[in-house]
Amino acid sequence: MSEREIRVLSPTAILGYGFPMASFEAGLERNPHVIAVDAGSTDPGPYYLGSGHSFTDRTAVKRDLAAMLVAGRSRGIPVIIGTAGGSGADIHLAWCIEIIREIAAEEILSFKMAVIGAEFAKDELLLRWERGEIKPLPPTKELERQDLEQATRVVGQMGMEPYFKALDAGAEVIVAGRSYDPAVFACFPVWQGFDRALALHMGKILECASIAAVPGSGSDCMFGYLRQDHFLLEPLNPARKCTTTSVAAHTLYEKTNPYLLPGPGGMLDLRETTFTQMDERTVKVAGSKFVAAEPYTIKLEGAKLVGYRTVSIAGARDPIFIAKLDEILQGVRARVDDNFGFLAGKFELLFHVYGRNGVMGELEPVQTVCSHELGIVIEAVAESQAHANTICSFARSTMLHYGYSGRMATAGNLAFPYSPSDFKGGEVYQFCVQHLIAVQDPTQFFPIRYEQV
Amino acid sequence: MKKVLLPELAEVIRSKNAGPYELTLDIIFKTEAIFAKVTAQKIITPELIAQLYQVPLEQVISVVEFPPARAIKATIVRPKVCGDIGDTDVYGAQQHAPLLGIEVEWE
Repeated sequence: MSEREIRVLSPTAILGYGFPMASFEAGLERNPHVIAVDAGSTDPGPYYLGSGHSFTDRTAVKRDLAAMLVAGRSRGIPVIIGTAGGSGADIHLAWCIEIIREIAAEEILSFKMAVIGAEFAKDELLLRWERGEIKPLPPTKELERQDLEQATRVVGQMGMEPYFKALDAGAEVIVAGRSYDPAVFACFPVWQGFDRALALHMGKILECASIAAVPGSGSDCMFGYLRQDHFLLEPLNPARKCTTTSVAAHTLYEKTNPYLLPGPGGMLDLRETTFTQMDERTVKVAGSKFVAAEPYTIKLEGAKLVGYRTVSIAGARDPIFIAKLDEILQGVRARVDDNFGFLAGKFELLFHVYGRNGVMGELEPVQTVCSHELGIVIEAVAESQAHANTICSFARSTMLHYGYSGRMATAGNLAFPYSPSDFKGGEVYQFCVQHLIAVQDPTQFFPIRYEQV
Repeated sequence: MKKVLLPELAEVIRSKNAGPYELTLDIIFKTEAIFAKVTAQKIITPELIAQLYQVPLEQVISVVEFPPARAIKATIVRPKVCGDIGDTDVYGAQQHAPLLGIEVEWE
């Protein structure tokens, strides 16, 4: 091991979420060996993987990347980007690479870039499925052939191994498709010979940047120092601090079980992890273990197109209307079904009633409406945009003029904040693959190409 | 015996997706003493979570105590997969309200 510690700078929780330059510069003053960032998530839902769009904004991503690339090049340290473009399929990767090339041209930067793909060919997946090599990741069910056939695109979460290859080849910038978030931060130190478990645990925290600090933030920098038998975490904004509780609590975040965190090739075991306060703002973590799994598995994610959406947003203020709402919604639905019998089974009509159970739906424990006004979102999803428009429009006009019992406000039932009142939501996607595939070689499905920028 | 509501004892009560298919609920208590006292009573059980979220018991994946963070974490199968038609909360970040009414016996 050439270094006694590896220092990792994590500028922001998701590329494009931003960071104060003062925090970033404080990170550079600490001489990082690598700058790494997670650029994606499945949290924003299936649309982004399915449609190929990024959920992050191009201008915001370019702003963050420019600071990282300029700093990385001027210091001669690698810059690593995982889950490029938000979902990490080929189209997202291409989007991110175009931004990188633009920055390189504008800032007159030159570097060797590794591009690691994470999208799986359908034929390959069907073959593996036929051989029984794709297993459900509970609570998902067995994969059906049609899930694979209908998926717009399927990506796999790579571990650290494809990154090792790119580092071996001397890549100065690595931009990768869908990745296990901690791997983006752990790959460089592990490649340098540091402990896999500690590196991954540190990566698990760094991938969310300052979310693990108090006060927490997804748009501020965090710094990690990985040593032989422990790591330290220090937020780079002096207004934030890491406490043993904030760091330990972050281990809970977005995970099923805080002690056992499964990932590519094995599981991070935190049952013996200790958290120690080093100074007012720095926490030391030790004792994390990694349990390798056989066979090595990769998590697959896929989304498919299920229809097109149109929504209409309206408010209601009339107390009689509010009291009669169930009768009205039923009546509107019946009119729609009756009028468009020839579309039966080809659309779904939903009413989201804010002020009643718009947030929790059927799980809402409060059954009585106390609000003096309600927000109503009329939603239609159909096999075509035209039919979604038709259903939404008809449900909206029917509800506007619906003659419920006891009605006094006979001129109209709804307050629309906008003209036009209806909004095309476009394509609607659904997650259809969330399964594990066993691999012989953890790099086999993640092709790497090199480009001199 | 006096009863107090969970928000009086906790500093964090939150919900979030744990991947697109699971919803995870975190309660982080104010002090280690409070955490110890609540966990000793074994109030927050899979049965309680199933009842509060109106899901069958087998849909409660786990309820885990995590002393390093003074936390109890419960995870359930999402009633609707993230972003499915009819989902009301894509990030799952506003599904914690049923926890706010949990009562704990307190001396």
